[in-house]
Amino acid sequence: MNAAVLQPAEQTAIQKIRVKNLNFFYGGFQALKDINLDIPERKVTAFIGPSGCGKSTLLRTFNRMYALYPKQEAKGEIFLDGEDILSPRQDLNRLRAKVGMVFQKPTPFPMSIYDNIAFGVRLYESLSPREMDERVEWALRKAALWDEVKGKLKQSGTSLSGGQQQRLCIARGIAVKPEVLLLDEPASALDPISTGRIEELVHELKNDYTIVIVTHNMQQAARVSDYTAYMYLGELVEFGVTDEVFIKPKKKETEDYITGRFG
Amino acid sequence: MSLYTRRLLINHFNLTVSLLTMLFGLFWLGWILVTLFDAGFGGLSPKLFLQMTPPPGSDGGLWNAIMGSLLMDAAGTLLGTPIGIMAGIYLAEFGSRGWLAPVTRFINDILLSAPSIVIGLFIYEAYVIRVGHFSAWAGTMALALIVIPVVIRTTENMLRLVPDSLREAAAALGAPRWKVITLVTVRAAKAGIITGILLAVARISGETAPLLFTALNNQFWTSNMNSPMANLPVVIFQFAMSPYEDWHRLAWAGALLITLGVLLLNILARVFFRNRTATY
Repeated sequence: MNAAVLQPAEQTAIQKIRVKNLNFFYGGFQALKDINLDIPERKVTAFIGPSGCGKSTLLRTFNRMYALYPKQEAKGEIFLDGEDILSPRQDLNRLRAKVGMVFQKPTPFPMSIYDNIAFGVRLYESLSPREMDERVEWALRKAALWDEVKGKLKQSGTSLSGGQQQRLCIARGIAVKPEVLLLDEPASALDPISTGRIEELVHELKNDYTIVIVTHNMQQAARVSDYTAYMYLGELVEFGVTDEVFIKPKKKETEDYITGRFG
Repeated sequence: MSLYTRRLLINHFNLTVSLLTMLFGLFWLGWILVTLFDAGFGGLSPKLFLQMTPPPGSDGGLWNAIMGSLLMDAAGTLLGTPIGIMAGIYLAEFGSRGWLAPVTRFINDILLSAPSIVIGLFIYEAYVIRVGHFSAWAGTMALALIVIPVVIRTTENMLRLVPDSLREAAAALGAPRWKVITLVTVRAAKAGIITGILLAVARISGETAPLLFTALNNQFWTSNMNSPMANLPVVIFQFAMSPYEDWHRLAWAGALLITLGVLLLNILARVFFRNRTATY
């Protein structure tokens, strides 16, 4: 841990995402209540909390994934580099090209490993075949998958193991060079070795990307994140530098959850 | 009697009953196949594929009817499949809001189970009477109307099996909706959709009623789709109703041919679906 991280969040890094008075509804059910939160650039921010506390819901507002479903609605403001992404004028496809996401379960597309990576790149850039080859290799190297798949790029993405599929999905996410990477419990379906690989990857990726990770696993949050937000029943209970949240939380509820007295 | 022995007995009883009902069904199917082979196998000869349908008492085959059936089945499939696939995509991908999708789905279900003779009569009223003559085009339309609901239903069902997480993953990369659908979801459901098309082809290849009022029949081969055209089901119907022994033989051979064709298509569909089902 470097010294800067030990400072309070507001004073250290540039804020990449600012959430202002965010409320979220699934039909009539309010899943997020008046969330205010700043996510610093090129750091790892973890959302923790018991199931149903709204951490995934909050994550899915950052790329407006919820907008795929007719009955889900967000009210408030979320600024990405100063621009309100909840504004109706926001182009969703451009937003999602800038804010990448990796899901809980690996979701390889029904195409070759190569095309899985190239799919997103082709949407927004026209690269020469050689440049595309380089980009695919770059993304697979970043995701620590290159050595395992370099001989079989033409094989189907679905033929890989679960851990490899998840790293393929991360490679696919970073191949488009987003600015923010959202990870929704990326390791919860994986064995400890694959989980370890993905955590190392998160560490490395934060040099270039702003990373937000939702996790059920508190040790994981403590290991990989610089900042931690604890949520409960749709409210943000505590947010701060990870070490502080884990070592001397300000709120009693946070302490109870972290020490395992509840949750 | 202990609870456990009673459960064993009930289990045996139910297994036996379900086995018997299965045998009951298979018995009739077996009987049909045996009769068909017995009566039709003798008629299978090169002549069947080389000569036209004969007048009673002379030598002949089913060439014009086979070609006519293949032509109209192919045209009907080509016409009905794109419409069916597109409607199926609409229902599965855009059908979660509004009233249009549920209504379409309901009407499609009715169309799916509509007696095919009604479809034949409909084309007769709507097209044949207007142009004033029977034609292969009319037959094609009637067959397409049978293909469409089958393809709509299978396409929709297969697309619904594709998990939403895959759609989300593609959308999360910034892909517009039409690319998500064409490049990811339809591709993931491809094997199932193709299976549906094959089953639709199998279904129309044996249909007689819709062709009776539309394509009618023709004693000779013609490639003119605007004229009446010979086809296996109607030829079988006509020949089987006749008093002539040699026509009966040809009808049996034609019936066997269709059955073998349908059997082959079903096997193909199964093999295709089994090999290409992805791990979703």
